[in-house]
Amino acid sequence: MTTTLTTQRTSTRRPGGQRFLHWVAVHSLGIALGLMFALPVLFVLLTAVMTDQQALTADLWPREWRFDNFATVFEAAPMLDFFVNSVLYSVAATVGMLISSIPAAYALARLRWRGSNVGFMLVIAAMMLPPQVVAVPLYSMWADLGLTGTLWPLIVPYLVGDAFSIFLLRQFFLTIPQDYLDAARVDGCSEFRILYQVLLPMIRPGIAAAALFTFLYTWNDYFGPLLYTGTNEESWTLSLGLSMFRNTHKVDWNLTMAATVLTILPVIVLFVFAQKTFIRGITFTGVK
Amino acid sequence: MTRAITDTRRAGAPLTSDTPKRRRSLSRHHRGWLLLFLAPWAIGLTVFFLYPLAATLWYSFTDFDGLATPGFVGLRNYVYLFAKDPVVATAAYNTVWLVAVLTVCRVAFALAVASVLARLKRGVGLVRTLCYLPSLVPPVAATITFVFIMAPEGPVSTVLGWLGIEGPLWFSDPALAKPALVLLTLWGSGEIMIIILAALLDVPKELHEAAQLDGAGPWSRFRNITLPSIAPVLLFAVVNTIVFALQYFTQAVVAGSVASGSTFPVGSTRVIGYPADSTLTFTARMFDEGFRAYHMGYASAMAVLLFLVSFAFTAVLIRQLRARSPEAVRS
Repeated sequence: MTTTLTTQRTSTRRPGGQRFLHWVAVHSLGIALGLMFALPVLFVLLTAVMTDQQALTADLWPREWRFDNFATVFEAAPMLDFFVNSVLYSVAATVGMLISSIPAAYALARLRWRGSNVGFMLVIAAMMLPPQVVAVPLYSMWADLGLTGTLWPLIVPYLVGDAFSIFLLRQFFLTIPQDYLDAARVDGCSEFRILYQVLLPMIRPGIAAAALFTFLYTWNDYFGPLLYTGTNEESWTLSLGLSMFRNTHKVDWNLTMAATVLTILPVIVLFVFAQKTFIRGITFTGVK
Repeated sequence: MTRAITDTRRAGAPLTSDTPKRRRSLSRHHRGWLLLFLAPWAIGLTVFFLYPLAATLWYSFTDFDGLATPGFVGLRNYVYLFAKDPVVATAAYNTVWLVAVLTVCRVAFALAVASVLARLKRGVGLVRTLCYLPSLVPPVAATITFVFIMAPEGPVSTVLGWLGIEGPLWFSDPALAKPALVLLTLWGSGEIMIIILAALLDVPKELHEAAQLDGAGPWSRFRNITLPSIAPVLLFAVVNTIVFALQYFTQAVVAGSVASGSTFPVGSTRVIGYPADSTLTFTARMFDEGFRAYHMGYASAMAVLLFLVSFAFTAVLIRQLRARSPEAVRS
């Protein structure tokens, strides 16, 4: 029905009035979508500044604004320790990833060696592997080393190459024309100088994207911290601490929401400063 | 990796750049760099991918409990897994349910939102940001957010109340807990939206205009022009969602724990799957068996099954990547 109707409508050029209606319809939908995505966070923000009594009611708007809830959260749970652990995990993993993955991505994208195709397939296989599949042997390995309960089992894998980052960086390396590499080789540059002085400046957006995604992935990680640090509260990250927040401290919804806001905040700040890098990085990961 | 490099050296084949015309042999010096560049990743691949995969396979045939030397038990774990474990059957059902429903809903929803975004003329930036931002929210925070807004006294019930509808219990109702997880996941599917949006914007406008002149309606244009152009991206979105849903863990475990309101810590056996095992996913059960009950041999058998299923879907993606020029994926 609709199909035939619209067929008739569009078979000639759309008259001005109809085009206006179309414009209004699409933009109303756009506004509705924007609201739909924003509302949950808005409710969280509003509840985070309510009193503990009001947070239990069906009210949507705070009667008195309790901004000190954000300070109380730090007394209710060791949020600062969680925050420090999250920063340690994310920063160490990101830096380690860059050092180990950039050269590997370069070797996979730009150097010809027998097995480079197999190497690339292994990268994809490792990237798509559910982390739970290899959890048992890795857990017992770290337990044998006496390192469960610390952040080491989370960080070390990034020091020896991260499959997704290698994949993403490889995509960026492939966009560089071969002539640049040839010219550098003719000039007698070593592979190391080619990589660090010629190519790195050219793939800066790729490096930024890989760093952002690694930071975000580790910041949001829940399975890893639960598995390796679950029994030792001193090593909990923000995500893990937040998940335990309501249960272990028996605190109210308003404080739980305030803690939720504090966990989300760094990610939002990161996005505000690096919006373009995010969007470009994502479109680079889709199959074109 | 290392072996492949040694072979090359022995055969005396030069490491060449892209085209045979530019064939230029790299010196021993360059091969040294290649080895150095690949070494960290080769170690990582061995220690954190190949070894644990092999070890998981071995453990799946043992009664490993995390402490004692594993004893070989043959196929016992697999027999129990496929024939005798009623709980794992529930868990597998929940995961298959999520895979089926999420794949359809997430891809369709992302496509619908991206189609609206592609038609917006004003305010695209703002709306796109609002649609994308929730996908950055840490899953634990997003889950707590949804459990709160869908709680009996929460905003969703309040708004439904204004409309005269009595809000359901969502995360505390065994029949609605999984649909609630789906809503939560759709809210955070901004990455897929952005990827599909980019593909939609890449569809040549002239094709649409030409078809429109020929009298093709919107549906016909969508089917014959848009769909074929964005098919590779949709396939990627489908595989990505399947692999994502197969390992669905965080949202299910956190939602069960927070909604139960109990004081047991998250990940405790007592709260996984609340309410009534309706959010007990395959990976949640595996975690429970392996790291709460220390049935690590049995958990390994579950891991092998999960690996085989997810690898089958990854293989589809790899085949596509091989067929087309090496482009992209994201886990």
